[in-house]
Amino acid sequence: MKIYVKLILVVVVLLGALSTSAKAQLSIDITQGNLEPLPIAVPDFISADTSGRDIGAQIAQVVRDDLERSGIFKSLSPDSFLETQTNIDYKPVFADWRVIKADALVSGRVVMEGPNRMRVEYRLWDVIKGEQIAGFRFSATPQQWRRTAHKVADSIYKKLTGEEGYFDTRIVFVDEKGPKTNRRKRLAIMDQDGANAQYLQSGADIVLTPRFSPNSQTITYMSYESVVPQVYVLDIETGRRELLGNFPSMTFAPRFSPDGRSMVLSLMKKGNSDLYLMDLTSRSTSRLTTSPAIDVSGSFSPDGRQLVFNSDRGGSPQLYVMSAKGGDAKRISFGKGRYSAPVWSPRGDKIAFVKSKGGKFAIGVMNPDGSGERILTESFLDESPTWSPNGRVIIFSRETRGERGKSELWSVDLTGRNLRKVSTPGRASDPAWSPLLP
Amino acid sequence: MKIRLILLIAGTAIGLAGCKTTPEELPDPTPVAEAPIVPAPAPVVQSPRPVVETAPQSQGPIFQGPTPGTLDDFLYQSGGEARVYFGYDQYDLSSEARDALRRQASWLQTYSTVTAVIEGNADERGTREYNLALGARRAESVKAFLVSQGVSPNRLTTVSYGKERPIDPRSNEEGWSRNRNSHTNLMSGSIG
Repeated sequence: MKIYVKLILVVVVLLGALSTSAKAQLSIDITQGNLEPLPIAVPDFISADTSGRDIGAQIAQVVRDDLERSGIFKSLSPDSFLETQTNIDYKPVFADWRVIKADALVSGRVVMEGPNRMRVEYRLWDVIKGEQIAGFRFSATPQQWRRTAHKVADSIYKKLTGEEGYFDTRIVFVDEKGPKTNRRKRLAIMDQDGANAQYLQSGADIVLTPRFSPNSQTITYMSYESVVPQVYVLDIETGRRELLGNFPSMTFAPRFSPDGRSMVLSLMKKGNSDLYLMDLTSRSTSRLTTSPAIDVSGSFSPDGRQLVFNSDRGGSPQLYVMSAKGGDAKRISFGKGRYSAPVWSPRGDKIAFVKSKGGKFAIGVMNPDGSGERILTESFLDESPTWSPNGRVIIFSRETRGERGKSELWSVDLTGRNLRKVSTPGRASDPAWSPLLP
Repeated sequence: MKIRLILLIAGTAIGLAGCKTTPEELPDPTPVAEAPIVPAPAPVVQSPRPVVETAPQSQGPIFQGPTPGTLDDFLYQSGGEARVYFGYDQYDLSSEARDALRRQASWLQTYSTVTAVIEGNADERGTREYNLALGARRAESVKAFLVSQGVSPNRLTTVSYGKERPIDPRSNEEGWSRNRNSHTNLMSGSIG
């Protein structure tokens, strides 16, 4: 059950003879809608050791895949590379990289420092200008090569876009098996790229809607293991699991506050669902909504001051925003259709939602005041959006129609153009994206 | 004598019309009891006898329903199933649903130790958490009606399964209308 291994990464900027110039360098503005992917070359990381070379090749492959999947980069095929660098401390032959139309080059090295220690270094080059943009060094164990590769990809992403990456993250989700009328569901977790998938439970009971706490160590979810289903909290490092509160009736739709100290959830009382806030230290609860309508799916703004939620108080399911302390709520969805499952972006600038109209379900985003609605994807059933920690990508579940209908995870960026299937060990639903791992 | 007799009876069994036998040769009545030994003849080529169909006649009572107080009995008395159905995004009870629930209530009053979990269900055309809330409303509608018919609220627990427990896998009107239901699930205290 202990699946979280603390990765100690010592990040050192590689200084010295090749230090960067202070002038503006190659960069990507990812806020622009119509973005041409930046061609980047990532050769296998070199090493003096055989084992280091194997790790170096694997790291480069993960970096290439991460960058390519982002849609912001076009990862060039290593088959096209002309120069084979033997030392990353010398300038590459930029002409060789310009010929293959690379704008950026990543030269990396793995240095084995004993059986249980390695150093991974890379330099990021602006091929057009012929200059180093960045140089970083990471210390880790050889077993952590995958996370190290994601860290490298994150730092390249950050250097070129100016924003935090999202590659060293994990996804908790519900693994699904069996026919529609007898579906087995169990909690599972994997790296953002589908690697290292593990089950967190045996799968005897229906479990739904797992969500990360801001520390990435704890998840909350809903389970039917007792007659009256309830919300639980699970520490994924220790496996310790706890029933949250002692409610006489069903609790569901839990989500942590951004500081991790409290939780919003829905409590059903006499058939009516209302939002409640629970302080996780004192376990005291306060009621946030009092309408006789459905009030579910609360999600905090990143500053913790507001909540967006789903209510049918106006006659049909719509999105509302109110203070995290409760009180008056303001409707923000006004398009044609039924809105649900709102999730506030970690950046704070957007709210993702599900909109159903004409028998289809779409994933969309809007500004927190309801303006600027944009639909990103649509199918028979798209739902359960979750944000990358940098607020640039959404992963959601897509279920196909019919008796053999099955659920898969997909990702889409904010432009709506970079739609991709997310690799999972089997059928999957209810994804939740972790924050960047420490 | 015995052999002759058997042959003779066999002859009759074959049913040859107009077969003439002399009265003198009529056997003793008692051996007739042996008649069952004579099943072999050709015309008896018939498919397996419907043993089951005739069985009730020998059992006496005319009413053949399930044992009173059992789950089968509850289903039988409720009109065949323990579910009532709802319209799209609706949780009000149709007159048909009310009739079915009146029968459920009357059974529950007869067997007053039985408790039940009222499970609300929704079709797949809704997001997960909204459907959990919708299923909760359906379960509560059913509970409120049963209580109005005299069933103690303490005997009824409501739960929503949202869209997690479809009974029909089809993604069409027929399938969806079956999956929008409330199921009265009998728990402790039932006799059977």
